[in-house]
Amino acid sequence: MIFGILVNEGPYQHQASDSAYLFAKAAIEEGHTIFRVFFYHDGVNNGTRLATPPQDDRHIPNRWSELANEHNIDLVLCVAAAQRRGMVDPDEMKRNKKDADNIAEKFRISGLGQLIEAGVQAERLITFGD
Amino acid sequence: MLHTVNKSPFEKNSLETCLRLIDDNSAILLIEDGVYGALKNTSISETVIDAQKITKIYVLGPDLKARGLDKSSLISNIEVIDYKGFVNLTVENEKIQNWL
Repeated sequence: MIFGILVNEGPYQHQASDSAYLFAKAAIEEGHTIFRVFFYHDGVNNGTRLATPPQDDRHIPNRWSELANEHNIDLVLCVAAAQRRGMVDPDEMKRNKKDADNIAEKFRISGLGQLIEAGVQAERLITFGD
Repeated sequence: MLHTVNKSPFEKNSLETCLRLIDDNSAILLIEDGVYGALKNTSISETVIDAQKITKIYVLGPDLKARGLDKSSLISNIEVIDYKGFVNLTVENEKIQNWL
């Protein structure tokens, strides 16, 4: 079965990003496919490559990148939410004349249409958030 | 339809709202702080027990354990499941309503 996942909460905030990750992992282990994870609102903060959590703690952004690498999952940050929160990819850096980008591997920035498309393409859409 | 509730019923009224809207095609899964809604002898226990007459209620085991709770603290007939069980519930139910 094809799944879409919506994450509305930042990493290390409550539990949504952890729940979403563990759900995605379990779904893959059960033989299902994750079509896309769409990060909205504070959820876009899951996509920073500048996070340095303590070594004995889980690295939430890296964990998403690794899962996406292994299982070909599309990780999308909402562009409007990303702009507000300073999440920048190389294209957005140029477009908005910023001096740096900070997006983690396998994440990309795109529009809300990607969430709608995930809802259409996936057989199940599940939301994690505040 | 699968309903997930992730807030404690003592913090938000999302569980109560959810329970008002369920029918016999519903399944309810309590996750994150929502697991507190599965505890026995609380101010909401009776409402949850009433809902069990209509629908099946599940609780996510890892989230229960993370809060120092286990099956012995729960209302009877609430099923404890793991993430694999969570995935299976989303497969069994065509629609998912996540109460946030």
